[in-house]
Amino acid sequence: MHPAYSVILFTTASGAGYGLLTLLALVGISHGEASTLVFGLTSMVIALGLITIGLLASTFHLGHPERAWRALSQWRSSWLSREGVLAIVTYVPALLFGVVWSGLHPAPDLIKPLAVVTGVLALLTVMSTGKIYATLKTIRAWHNPWTVWVYLAFALATGAVILAAITSIFGNFPTFLVYFSCAWLIVAIIVKLFYWRSIDAAPRDLTMGDATGLGGLGKVGQWELPHSVPNYVQKEMGYAVARKHAAKLRKLVIAALVLAVLLMLAALAVPYAAVLSMALALFASVVQRWLFFAEAQHVVTLFYGAEAA
Amino acid sequence: MTSLPPPTPKKLGLVIDLDTCVGCQACATSCKEWNTQGYSAPLTDTNPYSADPTGVWLNRVHGYEVKEPGQEHSRIVNFPRSCLHCEEPACVTVCPTGASYKRAEDGIVLVNPETCIGCKLCSWACPYGAREYDQSHGVMKKCTLCVDRIYNENFEPEDRLPACVKACPTGARHFGDLGDATSEVSLLVAERGGYDLLPQMGYKPVNKYLPPRARRDATNTRAEALPKPDGSAFDRLFQWADKVLSPKNASARANEIDNSGKLEG
Repeated sequence: MHPAYSVILFTTASGAGYGLLTLLALVGISHGEASTLVFGLTSMVIALGLITIGLLASTFHLGHPERAWRALSQWRSSWLSREGVLAIVTYVPALLFGVVWSGLHPAPDLIKPLAVVTGVLALLTVMSTGKIYATLKTIRAWHNPWTVWVYLAFALATGAVILAAITSIFGNFPTFLVYFSCAWLIVAIIVKLFYWRSIDAAPRDLTMGDATGLGGLGKVGQWELPHSVPNYVQKEMGYAVARKHAAKLRKLVIAALVLAVLLMLAALAVPYAAVLSMALALFASVVQRWLFFAEAQHVVTLFYGAEAA
Repeated sequence: MTSLPPPTPKKLGLVIDLDTCVGCQACATSCKEWNTQGYSAPLTDTNPYSADPTGVWLNRVHGYEVKEPGQEHSRIVNFPRSCLHCEEPACVTVCPTGASYKRAEDGIVLVNPETCIGCKLCSWACPYGAREYDQSHGVMKKCTLCVDRIYNENFEPEDRLPACVKACPTGARHFGDLGDATSEVSLLVAERGGYDLLPQMGYKPVNKYLPPRARRDATNTRAEALPKPDGSAFDRLFQWADKVLSPKNASARANEIDNSGKLEG
């Protein structure tokens, strides 16, 4: 599948934003009001800023961005529509939570209920992003039980390292947060490795003979393409990264995440190492999301010469 | 509304005969011609007169080569591919805006170009590559089953057919109601063993493909087709003429059948 940069930016940025928002809600539930107003506001602005940048980026790949509001109408059947609705709805409790939790307008009794609603809606939004891909039967590498977990794990892992980086800058960096973000980075590594193992093990058992229905006659091969220049279907669905590059990039993702864990541990001694850890984790998140597209083969490629899918 | 309608009693669709299709592209070009001026028009081309012309087409004719066991030579199967107007089209249910929809009255799957946001998700959901994005209009295009022809009362009844069906010179494309078991197309599908593309996907395509008929062995038929000498006066006359006219070293082979296809020098 063709990796559209706006979609990669959207899913990684808004994923990190929703992960951070969920963790801030957790902080609100466990610690009550933010330690300082500036810290509270800064972290809320970063969370909602990432989400908003992501949502705006997602409209860049639309043919008609001015009609984007229409995407909120079909939540009964479409996960993309559900994602849009949840993304918009989440702003309401998130903004209220931000105002109350940061201390801008203190109301200690409201922190917990708003935090619970914000956290649940944020996670549901990330889940529906994953579901958009996981429900496409045409793409074996996406139609996989691990897909949604990968989206959730990377949202929380990148959210956790961003929270650690912010607190390291504000000087209120608790030791617990180091171990907490390390744990989420490790969860992301494990979930991604399981995802890769799963898609590598899935049999590519459909052939050109199955697609054309001519397989019963004999061995089917491509004789002539219907057009002389690649068409939309080939450009959009036919994109494939070379297997050897994919293997290298997978190693790069894991190496960057492992290094992010080590740097986070180093933050126990030198707090600013958390910022470097965050940069590496975000880099890994973008690369794995690019691979998520580039490695995925669409079943329509069978009509265009792929031997199996 | 992108939720699917209840199963439609009427299922308009195409039956495509892979045995008689000669790959002439008349269906593809007449589709392009009609639909560049009809519903959801135009079907844009980019650089139409340059070295790399591209464009939106709703019908594409592939060529496949099938190597049958026991046959010396491959056979070529021309394979037109367009929207199959599935009974359970995920291209419709994934649409976030309601622009993509399946008509309750006849099962035709359409895109409303006024409300499509051009997110392309429907094209990802289609296993058959039936949808092509129109870059210049920012909306998705697909086969309409010529909805603006088949009900068009300005046309003579015999012209109320999809443009591709009307254009096909070998009668390889048939249009009708596949929901009616007694319709001509349904009887044709039953008689010829018409099949669904990729039934594994669970989309339940309405369009059906008729498989190529079994083929005679070309290597035998060629030898059988040649006349055998029967010893008549005419035969002897021609044998004599052949002998006289042939180069001396070739005369011994004058009556043999040459299957090599090579011209004698």
